[in-house]
Amino acid sequence: MIVEIGHFAVVAALVVALALGVVGHVSAVNGTWRSLAATLASCQLLLLACGFAVLVRAFFVSDFSVAYVAENSNILLPWYYRVSATWGAHEGSFLLWTLIMAVWTWAVSLGCSRLPDEIFGRVLGTMGLLNFGFVLFLLATSSPFERLLPGVPAEGADLNPLLQDFGLIVHPPLLYTGYVGFAVAFSFAIAALVSGRLDAAWARWSRPWTNVAWAFLTVGIALGSWWAYYELGWGGWWFWDPVENASFMPWLAGTALLHSLAVTEKRGAFKSWTALLAIAAFSLSLLGAFIVRSGVLTSVHAFAVDPERGLFVLALLALAVGGALTVYALRAPTITSRARYGGFSRELLLLVNNAILVVALAFVLHGTLYPLAHEAITGGEKTSVGAPYFNRGFVPLMCVLACFLALAPVARWKRTPLAILGNAGLMCAAALCLGLALPLVLGGAFKLGAAVAVALGLWIMFVHGADMWRRRDSATRGYLGMTLAHVGFAVSLIGIGATSEFSREVDARMAVGDSVSLNGVTYRFAALRRIEGPNYIAEQAEFITDGGVHLYPEKRRYPVREQVMTEAGIAAGFVRDLYIALGSPLPDGSWGVRIQDKPMVRWIWLGALMMAFGGVLAVMDPRYRRLNARARSRRERQNAGGLAAAGGARGYPPPAK
Amino acid sequence: MSRARLFIPVALFMVLASFLYLGFTLRDPHDLPSALIHKPFPDFDLPVLGKPGERASLADLVGERRLVNVWATWCPTCLAEHAELGRIAEETGISLVGINYKDDPHAASRWLTRHGDPYDFNIVDVTGDFGVELGVYGAPETFLLDADGIIRYKRVGDVNEGIWREELQPAMAALGPPP
Repeated sequence: MIVEIGHFAVVAALVVALALGVVGHVSAVNGTWRSLAATLASCQLLLLACGFAVLVRAFFVSDFSVAYVAENSNILLPWYYRVSATWGAHEGSFLLWTLIMAVWTWAVSLGCSRLPDEIFGRVLGTMGLLNFGFVLFLLATSSPFERLLPGVPAEGADLNPLLQDFGLIVHPPLLYTGYVGFAVAFSFAIAALVSGRLDAAWARWSRPWTNVAWAFLTVGIALGSWWAYYELGWGGWWFWDPVENASFMPWLAGTALLHSLAVTEKRGAFKSWTALLAIAAFSLSLLGAFIVRSGVLTSVHAFAVDPERGLFVLALLALAVGGALTVYALRAPTITSRARYGGFSRELLLLVNNAILVVALAFVLHGTLYPLAHEAITGGEKTSVGAPYFNRGFVPLMCVLACFLALAPVARWKRTPLAILGNAGLMCAAALCLGLALPLVLGGAFKLGAAVAVALGLWIMFVHGADMWRRRDSATRGYLGMTLAHVGFAVSLIGIGATSEFSREVDARMAVGDSVSLNGVTYRFAALRRIEGPNYIAEQAEFITDGGVHLYPEKRRYPVREQVMTEAGIAAGFVRDLYIALGSPLPDGSWGVRIQDKPMVRWIWLGALMMAFGGVLAVMDPRYRRLNARARSRRERQNAGGLAAAGGARGYPPPAK
Repeated sequence: MSRARLFIPVALFMVLASFLYLGFTLRDPHDLPSALIHKPFPDFDLPVLGKPGERASLADLVGERRLVNVWATWCPTCLAEHAELGRIAEETGISLVGINYKDDPHAASRWLTRHGDPYDFNIVDVTGDFGVELGVYGAPETFLLDADGIIRYKRVGDVNEGIWREELQPAMAALGPPP
């Protein structure tokens, strides 16, 4: 009965979402239904939260009369995996997607209560229509509330052991929060286009939402990479798998959008381009959903294939993206902005940033979809694209990006006095020397990739550090956020360079008591024991290094699905990770063992976390609160019948319409 | 900037969407491509993994039923299906042959040491040229060959327990008892 209540709540949410879509857009015109739109946003959240809670409960109490629970859970599963199994497969994870969409809609209705009616109504209306499409898809093709009646199984089929992990508990919610968060920027762009207010004020309204969504996506991707590193058992951290690319493409577009929004806010330039990026970031999220959920590309993440679902998502994608781009084509201003900049300026740097990120995005998109396009053109001939393709193009692009990024804090709007650049040049020379020397001294060999990565990373750190010192008394949170994010990029860059070039590995056949040396560390196979987990049986090995570090790699067998999993033993460290994975037992009682030494691999994820915190820190800048106050007074004037011009950024004339 | 130029993005998107539609409807991605099923496995002349100087050809496959699995160390799904393939080979006694696809042979040998080697032997296709002939779309893919070297079943994507139960096992049963 409770399950049916949940089902009903989601059906009600479908109606509410449609109502929100209509009421929002109408309130943009008449202004009186504004509070009704906000109420509907709250209702939608409440109903979807109810539906989701019901499904979580069904998992928690192991209600196997629900088909989705029976397929993805098991009585032996610990309670925290039973709860996280709710989003372990297609149906539940999409319910989570719609719930997160409702959370963002509700947050916009609260946080933007001071926006002009026109924008407020259209943003909420657009988000309502989007979520109407999502909930309709959920109910029509992938309801998680279907019952298995009669014939309730006594036992569930269990959650895929790959997903029985802390990473799965947090990775999808964070990733979806990022994906869906771009719907806010998307809706703001639609609202601004439709109401003809594509201006600096619009950019300023969009920025905090974009930053937060981007920060979530950054952490989500980093977590996914970290999970792959320790769970797949062979120490790789990025595979250019279609589904990884699906999460990475919105990130690239979102990163370009963040920077483009800065130019639109401060200088009123790039307006149409910014709107296009806002549409693109969310469109790529939807494309990602299509790739993952239609099974059109084969991947480790792919959900069960169902042609009906794929077509539905494709139709949703075509409507949302095609519609948005048509609005863009009809409403984007054709007059280019008046903002001028010459020579070396911050505008130019941000333009280069956007160009590089968009080229990188096109490159990844091409590599991901090429097999599909090739097949469509040749009528069935198949091909595939591997990691070497992506690395060949992507790595040089990011190095060029890093060069321009290093100059970010010293560049000024409009024109940069060349004298300022002198210091950056000196720091570049210093970074170059250190980049050549450090990997050679610490790593013991000259590696071009590591040298380039360290030199670029240090250059970015030096320039940002020096500039921050110079502005130590006047730094705003926006500035600190930028600095933190840029230094985070440098940290990731150095981590990637060091890990890629200096990782060492050895494969050995070892019995208990044997020792192997790798990179100056001796690993002794000290013991092997059999342990029993809640739903698996494992052989656990104990390795002790000569430095006294203990590592416990495991080989786990999950009897319900008859699956064998390799659980790596990792000694994590700031400077290096020691990583041991067990292979298979050999007939003579010894084991195939792979030992890896991965220097600075943690820096990759540390840098990503710094980027995300930087994005959030920038949102806390007090100027966004001032903006709210200004918008309120403007709305009051408007409501009183006065005609207020759309506000330009402080200190600049309002941009051309 | 003229209004017409603003239509470029939507035009590009429509091209992309039609490719997605074609790519999606052309076939069920996990289904048999009709071009290959019931056709002879293409001939080849490629090195054998871990046996320097030794080469294999179609003649080495004919005469016995084979499960030919395209895999690579860069492919996480291959690792995910590895145990299941091993179990099938062990329980049914069918000969499992690997095609190591677009990979580093040294890494491949190490991978097999680590994760176990259920393959009778592995063919090395470093360039992926043979993969093109086979119509390989991405690793992993698995072909079921009868004793005459005719492809009887093809799986794009991982072989898991469900695929075994619902597709591969019936396909093997359809070949009749082993000769």
